[in-house]
Amino acid sequence: MSTNLLFTSDLKQFLLNTVIFLSLSFFPLFNQATELRGTGDLGVVVERATGSILIVDTTTRTRLSKVEGFGDLSHASVVFSRDQRYAYVFGRDGGLTKVDILLGTIVNRVIQAGNSIGGAISQDGQLIAVSNYTPGGVKLFAADSLELLADLPTNSKVVGLVDAPGQRLVFSLFDTGEIWVADVHNPRQPEIKKFTNVGKQPYDALIFPNGRYYLAGLFGEKGFALLNLWQLEAGVKRILPDYGKGEETLPVYKMPHLEGCGITDDHLLVPAVGQHTVLVIDRHTWQQVKSIPVHGQPVFVMARPDGRQVWVNFALPDNDTVQVIDTTDFSIIKTLTPGKAVLHLEFTPRGEAVWVSVRDEDRLVVYNTETFESIATLPADKPSGIFFTARAHKIGQ
Amino acid sequence: MNMKWLLAIIFYIFPSMIFANELSSDRQKTLLYLLRQDCGSCHGMTLKGGLGPALLPETLANKPTEFLVQTILDGRPNTAMPPWRGLLTQAEAVWLVAELVKGIPHEH
Ligand code: HEC
Repeated sequence: MSTNLLFTSDLKQFLLNTVIFLSLSFFPLFNQATELRGTGDLGVVVERATGSILIVDTTTRTRLSKVEGFGDLSHASVVFSRDQRYAYVFGRDGGLTKVDILLGTIVNRVIQAGNSIGGAISQDGQLIAVSNYTPGGVKLFAADSLELLADLPTNSKVVGLVDAPGQRLVFSLFDTGEIWVADVHNPRQPEIKKFTNVGKQPYDALIFPNGRYYLAGLFGEKGFALLNLWQLEAGVKRILPDYGKGEETLPVYKMPHLEGCGITDDHLLVPAVGQHTVLVIDRHTWQQVKSIPVHGQPVFVMARPDGRQVWVNFALPDNDTVQVIDTTDFSIIKTLTPGKAVLHLEFTPRGEAVWVSVRDEDRLVVYNTETFESIATLPADKPSGIFFTARAHKIGQ
Repeated sequence: MNMKWLLAIIFYIFPSMIFANELSSDRQKTLLYLLRQDCGSCHGMTLKGGLGPALLPETLANKPTEFLVQTILDGRPNTAMPPWRGLLTQAEAVWLVAELVKGIPHEH
């Protein structure tokens, strides 16, 4: 009797142990999808034709998921919450969509205007600002709920919207040639300082990585409008008012971008409008020190995070090419042809690789920035903008 | 009907019917692709507008074809609309305007 009891309890124990052992050893297999992970090496790729985004992993260079339902993304941009879990996607059709990039799901979506161009997240991460074309203006939303907090009509298309230290937003007005600095400490009642006559048709702008200078590029005339955000009372200064003098200005089939521009220790590399040129500006004197002849009209002129290289893509009809400039001597050290319609580039956080979107070939190509070899290719449906979560912690991105 | 319209019909709409047939279906596909993707970067991929105005049947309805064709080929000075002559022929611009006025069906 007692042996029998002993035996059964032993058997029970054995079976129990087996079950525990099996379930533990299989657990990771069954449970892979919900494994804990961080988001610091993730990114979002905009698929412009299908109104969808891809969530990608920049370490394994793989696609994690595809999220659909964003409307018209023909001109889209993305910012990240500072916990790097949520992406805010700004679409052409005025859609503002909050995405959980861990779960690959849309958390919230509002159509906030007829037509928009871009957005920003405030210094404290609490506000989302959207810049709109029609009706022209900037709207402020609570980052958590997307509740509308303020509406700043401008009577103009708004471009070059960035966040700046001091809980400020800075943006430019294309039609009226102005730069506005909005203090949003009280988001329901922003305080605005306006700078008028900054130049004709500012088309985009950038802010320096430390948030000190805001530079707007002009389309309606040559040059740039520069604002020192540490010294607003000094006003807007015009620089490079006659770059490329004597050179023919070619038709501009695609507006250049200034966001993410090539900033090195001493210089700033920016696209010339309507010329096959990258301009080199001295960061201290604000004079042009060089113009680098390149393959076509530059669109994005992006510095690798260490500033040693600047990668450039081009407008139609030269948009199959990417060139790399060495910023120590401004020579072109590499010309690559990733394929038809290269729309955007994004560096991994410390710059060992760069991801390139090749719209007409429906793929992303990843290059090693030391060897220039292509190290991965991923399928994507008409990819355009690529945005990595490292942007969450950068001023102006 | 005034003279301008008559001329517009003779020179643009009528030839457009002929020229339209001359564009190969491959070229037509390429043009529609260009329209959505590259014109779309300013006019919106669904042509509802962006930096450039909407290019929808209702917004183009009262504008003479000739004027729109010329806008495409020569651009508009002091605006962001670039001249496409060099990348597009006259016949192709005429065909594009005819398509725009008709309305471009959605891809998706
Ligand atoms: C770089 C931006 C840009 C691109 C690219 C562009 N456009 Fe435009 N387009 C504009 C702007 C801006 C206007 C408005 C000009 C004005 O203010 O009169 C315009 C106006 C027009 C008009 C006149 C509309 C009207 O209501 O009068 C037509 C037609 C047009 N574009 C067709 C095209 C086509 C076709 C393409 C591609 C082959 C194209 N555009 C590419 C910026 C652009």
